[in-house]
Amino acid sequence: MHSSAARSARVGVVTFPGSLDDGDAARAVRIAGGEPVRLWHRDKDLHGVDAVVLPGGFSYGDYLRCGAIARFSPVMGSIIAGAGRGLPVLGICNGFQVLCESHLLPGALIRNDHRHFVCRDQWLRVENVDTSWTQDLRMGQEILVPVKNGEGGYIADPETLEWLETLGRIVFRYINGNPNGSRDDIAGIRNEAGNVVGMMPHPEHAVEELTGPSVDGLVVFTSVLGGLLAPSMVTA
Amino acid sequence: MIDSVKTAETTPGLEQPFADLGLKPDEYTRIHEILGRRPTSCELAMYSVMWSEHCSYKSSKVHLRQFARLAEQIDQRRGEKAPGAAGAVMVGMGENAGVVDIGDGYAVTFKVESHNHPSYVEPYQGAATGIGGIVRDILTMGARPVAVMDPLRFGPLEAEDTRRVLPGIVAGIGGYGNCLGLPNIGGEVVFDPTYLGNPLVNALCVGVMRHEDIKLAKASGPGNQVILFGARTGGDGIGGVSVLASETFDADGPSKRPSVQVGDPFAEKVLIECCLEIFAADLVVGIQDLGGAGLSCATTELASAGAGGMHVVLDRVPLRDSTLAPEEILMSESQERMCAIVEPRHVDAFMALCGKWDVEAVVIGEVNDSGRLTVEWRGEIVVDVPPRTVAHEGPVYERPYARPADQDALQADGTSGLLRPNTPAELSTTILRMAGAPNLCDKSWITSQYDRYVLGNTVLAMPDDAGIVRIDEATGLGVAISTDCNGRFARLDPYAGAQLALAEAYRNVAAKGARPLAVTDCLNFGSPEDTGVMWQFAEAVRGLADGCLALGVPVTGGNVSFYNQTGETAILPTPVVGVLGVMPDVRARVPMAFATDGDAILLLGETREELDGSEWAHVVHGHLGGTPPMVDLESERSLASMLVEGAEQGVFASAHDLSEGGLAQGLVECCLRGGLGARVELPSGLEPFVALFSESAARAIVTVAAPHRYAVEAFAEMHGVTVTEIGYVGGSTLRINADIEIPLADLRAAHTATLPAAMES
Repeated sequence: MHSSAARSARVGVVTFPGSLDDGDAARAVRIAGGEPVRLWHRDKDLHGVDAVVLPGGFSYGDYLRCGAIARFSPVMGSIIAGAGRGLPVLGICNGFQVLCESHLLPGALIRNDHRHFVCRDQWLRVENVDTSWTQDLRMGQEILVPVKNGEGGYIADPETLEWLETLGRIVFRYINGNPNGSRDDIAGIRNEAGNVVGMMPHPEHAVEELTGPSVDGLVVFTSVLGGLLAPSMVTA
Repeated sequence: MIDSVKTAETTPGLEQPFADLGLKPDEYTRIHEILGRRPTSCELAMYSVMWSEHCSYKSSKVHLRQFARLAEQIDQRRGEKAPGAAGAVMVGMGENAGVVDIGDGYAVTFKVESHNHPSYVEPYQGAATGIGGIVRDILTMGARPVAVMDPLRFGPLEAEDTRRVLPGIVAGIGGYGNCLGLPNIGGEVVFDPTYLGNPLVNALCVGVMRHEDIKLAKASGPGNQVILFGARTGGDGIGGVSVLASETFDADGPSKRPSVQVGDPFAEKVLIECCLEIFAADLVVGIQDLGGAGLSCATTELASAGAGGMHVVLDRVPLRDSTLAPEEILMSESQERMCAIVEPRHVDAFMALCGKWDVEAVVIGEVNDSGRLTVEWRGEIVVDVPPRTVAHEGPVYERPYARPADQDALQADGTSGLLRPNTPAELSTTILRMAGAPNLCDKSWITSQYDRYVLGNTVLAMPDDAGIVRIDEATGLGVAISTDCNGRFARLDPYAGAQLALAEAYRNVAAKGARPLAVTDCLNFGSPEDTGVMWQFAEAVRGLADGCLALGVPVTGGNVSFYNQTGETAILPTPVVGVLGVMPDVRARVPMAFATDGDAILLLGETREELDGSEWAHVVHGHLGGTPPMVDLESERSLASMLVEGAEQGVFASAHDLSEGGLAQGLVECCLRGGLGARVELPSGLEPFVALFSESAARAIVTVAAPHRYAVEAFAEMHGVTVTEIGYVGGSTLRINADIEIPLADLRAAHTATLPAAMES
């Protein structure tokens, strides 16, 4: 048990061509106490990482549709398979779009309703803590993290929106103003098992007092690290 | 039929369209003299773009020489060369961007450049490629670009055309910069009627490298390979620098759309990462980006600065459009392209890295010591020129200049006769009106379209006085940058106006706690063929050079943009000045926001009755006349020293420069930023209106917690800065004297409503 805890958890951060926040995600993992492992889009090998972050950016130029091309990259094949086996996966912004395109999460992200890119400090309410990435947050906790996107409006058909709500799959909701026209103020959702979370806001930009509006985002990363180092997970 | 060198020799009398390409008859004659024959059509194309005002600086060169001497003069004044000391200029003017030593083995390169005319013709692409171009300049120096800023000027906010160009320009800057993953940390947004029909889009980029990583644009080593890599060459932007950037718009408006380049930020993002890996592997001996004048510029500049000769096979250039003529390939300003000089033994490794990033790369030529640039097309020589004559020995004009006849009348028409607000109610109304005036209002409708967080090193960004980025996570070493210019002051007195622009940027950087190190400038003016405009330019350059010398900050690079006028009306002379400062530890930064109830508010510096050219005169009376505020660079220096040393000792809770809108606007901004009110007692001896709205330079407001009061007084005394305690932070209103009290909610409503109302109505 002690020897397991001494090894810091290894969290993969994928770089697609056009990824922008990959360095920030890696920094957040490091500050949270984990070991970031950079993963290259053409490499199927996940190098034995314990969790994966799909960072923000404009993968493959967001040509065709945000995340649509990234979904077919070699690394995504391994991540999709890993997610099916319980590998914790967090998609931030463009990463969320990739997760939706990969059908690891339902729905899609569309152009902001006001049709401008928006970058601002955004309050969120934590709606679900039974995920790999939110287990150290409190239900109903309000956190402040940056949001920055041009196509961040979450959309799904009415049935999907209803079961997301009733099954508790909504992880974060925008409060004090919806920045992009997301349906039901949805800022982040999870899969059934809770190992896959996609969110439009950027917790990796809220990990240092000096550079972020808060350090609220850090808990997202400590949550997954804590889960990985728990005895049940390590021995599993 | 190909117009080869052979053809040119046998058809000396062929009529050539030199005038349509922007060349003057005497320039065309000079090309004949240089070549000893008529130029081929390809050579004519190259000379026309490279001898354009934009590329050759032919009207400004004689004046800009004052900047070139600065670094040396400043070093002499310091009494030492100080190699390796922070502040030393490592690469001066003339390269793609200047490089400054910031200590700890780090060097910073930064430059501001204009993309004015393209942004008027096609706002989105014009502004987007403006960002793309300056970022490639910084990259070319061997640096990783780490932030951008964009000083912008528009016509009146309510003008219909402003609603066309502003949203497009902002979306273009955001669309390109955001996709590159570069935080946008500041800039300016200014509205004035003279910019209607000629908006200014200036773009600044700053990059960081280790000392040993500096790259230069030269093709040395005969036998070395010339590699063109990045995007394919298309038919966009042909003649952008000559036909578009170096001519005045006709009154009947823009019709030059094909001269505007079209950008692809994704291609640039992968090009950046690819280049940085190539640099890290030390695979190039020289590198140049393809911006204005495209391949003509890159090949002639590389050859001219290096071994002197180069042979290029134009057929090898990958094309987006296979029907392009050789002249068009040489002139195309297609974006996201770079040209590298690579030793033969490194070509395979170079190509492998390009392959990793899916960047197309082709060997298009070879360096030689022939002293000639030769270009081959379909087996024939279409260019055979001495490259220096194209790149570095273009025409130089001593343009005549003269103080305009109306300058005296303008300066005599001061503000003393204008009706002033007097009663508390009038002053209160004026404060609110000013807070919502287009030049002073909240700009977040614009700045929220830019990503300021990416890279995770942004310590301060707009609307704070300066943007700050961290460079070294371990030590906290970072840089601060501010760009400023008050074009109205420059119109009243270009010499003083340029110095006031410099002083404000310098003060902004110091107010955040950074020591000012170096200057970049973007000199936006009307037509140099107008003697009055040329006088404005000459005066502004002289003022800036003198100011830089007095403040000990050298100019390391910049850009001149002439012909900013529609018909006869020139823009306000707009010498935008960017000052870069260094902070050993960015954790010492001082934000502008009022921080804590009870902190004392101190006014630093002297307030005089200086309202000519002020924002108040502009907003309330639409008046421009008189003489700008007094320039006192000695006081600026003292104030900056006090601000920097105070910040390093952690004695300031907040600091904010006072400029447009005076003390009133400064207080409004600090209150709203921090969400805290203030109780202010205006200093006696000045009419309240003057105390509130005068725009005297060399002033700032700081807030200080009680335990630091003594230390601040000591710093002030040491530096000879006048300190006036004017009140304290607290409450939910801005209260001034006993009789003015405005709820912050009202101020916020006035401050934030203006831009959304204008843009979304």
